[in-house]
Amino acid sequence: MSAAANSPRPMIDARGLTKSFGTNEILRGIDLAVEPGEVLAIVGPSGSGKTTLLRCLNCLEAPTAGTIRVGDITIDGSRPLRRQTRDVRALRQHVGFVFQNFNLFPHKTALENVVEGPLIVKGEPRAKAEARGRDLLAKVGLADRVDSYPSRLSGGQQQRVAIARALAMRPDVILFDEPTSALDPELVGEVLATIRDLARERRTLVIVTHEISFARDVADRAIFMDRGVIVEQGDARAVLTTPREERTRLFLRKFLAGQVPAAGSLPA
Amino acid sequence: MDPQLQLVLQSAPFLLKGAIYTVGLSIGGMVFGLLIGFALALMRLSRVWPLIWIARIYVSFIRGTPLLVQLFLIYYGLPAFGVRLDPISSALIGFSLNMGAYTSEILRAAIGSIDRGQWEAAYSIGMTSAQAMRRIVLPQAARVALPPLGNSFISLVKDTSLAATIQVPELFREAQLITARTFQVFTMYLSAAFLYWVLSSLLAWVQSALEARAGRHSREAP
Repeated sequence: MSAAANSPRPMIDARGLTKSFGTNEILRGIDLAVEPGEVLAIVGPSGSGKTTLLRCLNCLEAPTAGTIRVGDITIDGSRPLRRQTRDVRALRQHVGFVFQNFNLFPHKTALENVVEGPLIVKGEPRAKAEARGRDLLAKVGLADRVDSYPSRLSGGQQQRVAIARALAMRPDVILFDEPTSALDPELVGEVLATIRDLARERRTLVIVTHEISFARDVADRAIFMDRGVIVEQGDARAVLTTPREERTRLFLRKFLAGQVPAAGSLPA
Repeated sequence: MDPQLQLVLQSAPFLLKGAIYTVGLSIGGMVFGLLIGFALALMRLSRVWPLIWIARIYVSFIRGTPLLVQLFLIYYGLPAFGVRLDPISSALIGFSLNMGAYTSEILRAAIGSIDRGQWEAAYSIGMTSAQAMRRIVLPQAARVALPPLGNSFISLVKDTSLAATIQVPELFREAQLITARTFQVFTMYLSAAFLYWVLSSLLAWVQSALEARAGRHSREAP
């Protein structure tokens, strides 16, 4: 079912990624390929290395060893990133990133946030960038908030602006780092709906998330990580419903057990 | 007319002429001081240890020695090495070097106070470090730095009175010269104090107006 079958070459190909902070090994040799048009969910307990993996894919974190290839650009993790800044920047223009805490530029309006990359990094003409920026903000349901500063937007609105900002660079793939974890519960839905729309357009997405049921619905493939390794991967519905590995089963059970009372014990 | 009031009115043109030097030295010292301070802040934030150490020692020396001594070193000390500067140049150089050290600390702290996520967001859309600094971090850091920079500027306006000791005809020096002729010590120094007060108050008012302007995007969401 996934686009993988008839694709000659993965969109992202990471090989042998490791990452250590001192003696603390966060990633212990990750191989990861993401096919064009695929929606990949990465789940796992906190501290499993899933966010670090995602940040390595965009070189926000420097891997200790391993390689990352996106398109024709290859980053060698064993060399310092500052010795390959040209490639790093080229890679980032192909790989969008959506942060847990949105990280919108607070001194710029929604529209200015979205057009910053096209204007400054790509050198697009202002009129063209702004027209497209307005379209993108309309697409994420914020046509009426183009001139609002982030401080005037709700968390859900801010995260949707951040998604539009990532889209404005026309990335080949977008990485989401727990995009709804910082949101009030009532705002989670609007952000998930926006991501779901992107998935329907057959965009390539990699989503680190704690929203298991969302991952099950939207993702083609799921990866379960624990202690710096990929424990299990496969069809999202299978991995997140009937996992083969005991560790995955344990995680899902804990997760579901934790969710039910949390939802029920808080009457408005 | 009251003779004291008459004296004040007669000396007003001289005091105001002195005040022009005071304002000129202050603005000059602040502008060059900011340039030096920004360069020092970048040196401190670089990962090149010789630059870091040069900046650290410079800032430590300037902050650890009196401004008066620094002015004397430049005006009376440099001629020993064949460098003869007129009083105004000496004062301008002294104030700029001094302000450079103080503003570098303010700018460094302001840049450091900007959340790492802002750098990361800028990098994530493909910006270079220079673009991220100029477009994303500095505008936000400037807002943080504005109040302490304003306070430094007001201190500088008052500190320019030290230039009187190296013959610069600024406000305090003019007051001294008139005092020497008229012996009206209290009246003349009170007049000078009043002018410094007016200048400082004016600046404080400009500062709060600027702060209000800069803060208009950062109000809490409704």
